[in-house]
Parts: sequence; structure tokens; C-alpha cells
Amino acid sequence: MTDKSLRRPYPPKIVTANALMEGDAVYFTKSRTWSREIGEAHAVHNADEADRLLAEANTQAGKIVGAYLADVSLESGQPAPIHFREEFRTRGPSNYFHGKQVEQV
Amino acid sequence: MYLYDEFDAAFVRERVAQFRGQVAKRVDGSMTEDEFKPLRLMNGLYLQLHAYMLRVAIPYGSLDAPKMRQLAYIAERWDKGYGHFTTRQNIQYNWPLLADVPDMLDALANVGMHAIQTSGNTIRNVTADHFAGAAADEIADPRPTAELIRQWSTDHPEFQALPRKFKVAVTGSPNDRAVTKAHDIGLRMVRDAAGEPGYEVIVGGGLGRTPMEGRVIRKHLPVVDLLPYLEAILHVYNLAGRRDNKYKARIKILVHETGLDEIRAEVEKAFEWQKARFQAPAEALIARIAESFRQPDLDDRPEGVLTSALESDADLARFVRHNVAEHQRGDHAIVTISLKPVGGTPGDATADQMRAVADIAERWGHNEIRVSHEQNLVLPHVAKADLPLVFAALQRADLATANIGLLSDIIACPGMDYCALATARSIPIAQEIATRFDDLGWEAEIGAMKIKISGCINACGHHHVGHIGILGLDRAGVENYQITLGGDGTEQFAIGERAGPGFAAEDLVPALERLMEAYFDVRTSADEPFIDTYRRLGVVPFKAALYPETQKQAA
Repeated sequence: MTDKSLRRPYPPKIVTANALMEGDAVYFTKSRTWSREIGEAHAVHNADEADRLLAEANTQAGKIVGAYLADVSLESGQPAPIHFREEFRTRGPSNYFHGKQVEQV
Repeated sequence: MYLYDEFDAAFVRERVAQFRGQVAKRVDGSMTEDEFKPLRLMNGLYLQLHAYMLRVAIPYGSLDAPKMRQLAYIAERWDKGYGHFTTRQNIQYNWPLLADVPDMLDALANVGMHAIQTSGNTIRNVTADHFAGAAADEIADPRPTAELIRQWSTDHPEFQALPRKFKVAVTGSPNDRAVTKAHDIGLRMVRDAAGEPGYEVIVGGGLGRTPMEGRVIRKHLPVVDLLPYLEAILHVYNLAGRRDNKYKARIKILVHETGLDEIRAEVEKAFEWQKARFQAPAEALIARIAESFRQPDLDDRPEGVLTSALESDADLARFVRHNVAEHQRGDHAIVTISLKPVGGTPGDATADQMRAVADIAERWGHNEIRVSHEQNLVLPHVAKADLPLVFAALQRADLATANIGLLSDIIACPGMDYCALATARSIPIAQEIATRFDDLGWEAEIGAMKIKISGCINACGHHHVGHIGILGLDRAGVENYQITLGGDGTEQFAIGERAGPGFAAEDLVPALERLMEAYFDVRTSADEPFIDTYRRLGVVPFKAALYPETQKQAA
């Protein structure tokens, strides 16, 4: 049962963090910068790549806080959140029209 | 209002200056986040889901008009025009920018406020009965005690790195409005058989993932012995409390694992030598502090137009019925200002509302304002004759919701709308419950009801002590809500019993509707509150209502 095709597929991952100055959610891009948009995040497809991406993100620890890997869906062609927590981070709170959702209008 | 002395004021300024330097170092890269994090937490600055959050201490929930106006100013100048009052009687700002925080702290220091020890493994802001100094049932004002503890615990060199955070609550009334049995230390002011005032000392209470009722470690502690005895408890906890596991580090676990008698013996031993160290004339110190908490000079005020106003104005009558409590003086009253408009966010107030409350307090409330752990504001000294004017002013500020102690007076933590620790949202659940039962028009029929909602197991929303408690969890990537029943945070303290499996968000409110219908069916009369019906009948009829499918299968 070592056939790779039988293994559980590795869910695509991105690196996300909070911006040091503003504190809002930011996403690590292909060009190794930080974006406010999850759609601009660079997605990786195996654990080695994910570890490398996170390590690279952490070299920019002067700009961000608490970088971590998050699962994403690529069904729409660009990264989208899977877990509701990550979905909330792309949007802002539900009780007021504050946070990222304001810029998205 | 207690005024900081020069020493306090200088200390707060120095801390702000230090923090300004620490922020600059973090921003210019000479300090890492690992180095910076404990420093920002010591100053009340958290990093949450969407932004930083600044938690400001409001010692024992006491404010005056200038302080409240400054909180409003800070909300407008550096945040989004509102603040969130918490179950710890504090205020939180949800949107500060890192670079602005030192200026916010300076603005707080201008009115003798700060954010010190609102986070970290220290003795946190001391809480007290929000009716202190005014309640008709009060034996003694708990605020001088709370202030003494604040002075003793602030920057206490031995207790800056405790195994875990440490919370103290004080009540001076037999009716416990300070949830003293759910704190690391709860103090109840009592008198012994000879009439000597003292404290019943309760230790090891707490909510969170291991809810425990605090236990009486000392039945009657003389007032002068308070600080050495507290020092002894903290000393024992600091040495023996577990540091190997964050979830077992609170004093409740130490008391539970070691046994109350052994802890008591250890504390008494430490108390003996602590007593010798505390040579300070505690009585004189307490008396000096107490002087700052003298009840304002209240004039004799005939009720005037109140009686006729109550007859002609149904809204005023409803407000007085629900939001006004008995004062020590018959011609005065305690007014609770609800921060729970139906469909609103529990505990939130806009800057305009804060200023309105400051104005009202200044004009009719002897400049006193309290924050309650139930996330409302309190005007402790209002002449009954002024109630129609106060009510009208509150109406103009959209602060006249008449629902204290009713279903829509819900405690809700910020939950996953803000909090990085949350596992599910709380606020939309509170909004939906209040809105739905308002649509049904059942609130009056239900009567006394405490619903408390937490968005994670840490229980900031006190769900364990809600008559109905709701705990939001993440079940396989979906928000899921567990119901507990029969909790009580008062002197009849009880930890709620879990009713059964959790509900999806969309199934929760219908389940609560079934629960209320069951309560209507089984209560002896409309005068029997839900909590009494629950105590009489237990969980069974309510479980049947929550889980009708299970009942059918069993039949």
C-alpha cells in the first residue's frame, strides 16, 4: 500500500499571518510579498514545499506576526478558505461592517 | 472616586514610556515577536483575528464622567467609534493600530487609567459587585477592599510570573452579584457572631475547561489580616501550582489535586510569617482608602412626579420595573443601563453613548458609573424623582432598553468575530436569540432568565453559570453549539449540566423555542422562574424538549 496514488491527497496550503502594524490577515504571495487578498496567496501541494514556504515567510518576521499554514481550496482557480475561521479572516466580523469586507465593496 | 497618588501616576507614565520604546524596537526590527509578545501582553495588547485588541482595566468596574468621556475619545480617535465592555468589568478596543497604542495608553494615563495586568499570568484587575456602595442589601462596601488589593497586586514583584492568571472578586452583599465562587479567590464581606467585620475567603473557583465551585478556606478572616492572608495563598500557589500543563495550572486544580485541608494548612503556615512581614497599619490604610469611597451626599428627595409618571408612561414603568434596583436610601435608586438592545452586540457602546452616560451620571448620578460583569452600565445613585428625566435622556441615546435580567440581557464573549482563541461565533447567536424571542413576544412571559454564551471552552461568556449556557465549538469544521442548563452565578451557585449533543447554528434557536415551551408547560405558575423550575424538576423535561427525536426512538 505504498503506491502514492492511494495516499490521501495533500490539501493545498498557503501561508497566512497577521500584519505587524495593522494586525489584519495577510497572505504570502508567489513573489514573496504579503497581500491582503487570500486569492493572491501562493499555494503549495506537498509537505516539503509547505515547510519551505513557511520558513521563507518567517524570514520576514519584521513585517508579520504568527505565520502559519492554512488549507485552501483551489476549485475556483485561486486559493479560497476552507475552514470557517479562515473564511472570517478574509472578511471581518459579522456584527459590524468592519475589516476586510469594507475594502471588498 | 479613588484618586491615584503621585507614586501610582508616575508608575503608569513610566510604563507607557517603556512600552513606547518597546513598540519602536519591535517596529525597527531590533526586537522579535517572541521578545515583544510578553511585553505587549503585560500592557493589555492582544493580537486577535482581524486586528490588535487593547484591554483597558476598569478597577472594580468603577468609572466617573471624565474617565468615560476619555474612553469615548479614545474610541473615536484611535478605534472605530465604539468600545466593548466585558465580563471582567473592563473595556476592550477591537481595532487599534500597533503604532497608536502608546498614544492610547498616554491618553488613558491622563485620566488615571491603564491596561496593566489585564493579561498575562498575573493578578488581574480586581472585580466587585457593580452595586457597591449603593445596594440595599449591602453589609459593607467592597470597593475599599478591592482598591487595597489593586494597590497590593499591581506590579507585585513576586507575582508577575504566576503559573497562570489569577482573578479576585469581592462582594459586600449576601446576594452575590460578583460571581465570587467562580474566581481564583472570592471574598465575601461578613460579620462574625460578635459582629466583627471580616471576610469569608473562597478559593479555587473557576469556569473554563474545568469548571469548579470555589471552596471556603477561611470562614472569617479579620479585615486587618487580608493582605498577609492573600499573600500566603498566592505564595503557596506560586510555589506549588502546576507549571507543566497550562490547562492544569490554575489554583482550582492545585486545590482539587492537593485537597482543601492540606492547602489550608500550607496557607496558614505561610500566613504566620507573612503576618509578621505586614507591619503596615492595615486598618488605617483601609480607612484612608475607604474615605475615597464615601457615598456621595444624597439630598432628601421626595419622589415628586414619579408616581404619576409611572401611571401615565408605560415605557417608563417597564423600564423602572426591570432596570431599577433598590438603593440603601428609599428615595434613591440604582439604574442599570442595558447594553443589550435587541439585535445588538452585547456590551458594546458607541462613543456618543459613552458621552451620554457621562453626561447623565454628572447631571443626575453624582458622577458615578459602574460596569457590570453582565456587560451593562450602572448609575448607582439616582434620586427616584429624577428617574423620568434619566429615562428620557437614555431614550435619546438609544440606551433605554428595558430588559435587565430578562432573556435578551445576554452575556456573550466576542467569540470568533474577534477572538483568536474562539472556536465559534457568539455574537450572532446572541443577536439571533434576542431577535427571535422579541418577534415571538415571549420575553415578558418567560420572565427572569440568564443566557450566557461563550465562543470557546475558556468560558469568558460564563456559560457554565447561565440558566441556559451556550458553548460554541468547532465540530469537524462547522460551528456547533452545546447547551448547558441550570447554572447559577449567584450565592445559589451551580454549574450548569450539559443537556446533550450540540446543535448546528440554524437548529439552536428552534431548540431554545422548544425548551421555553416545555418550561411554560411544566412551571407551577408564571411566577416560577425558569431556574426554580429547573431546580425542582431537573434536566429531564428540558432534555425531552431539546431532543424530541431521541425521545421518539426511546418510546
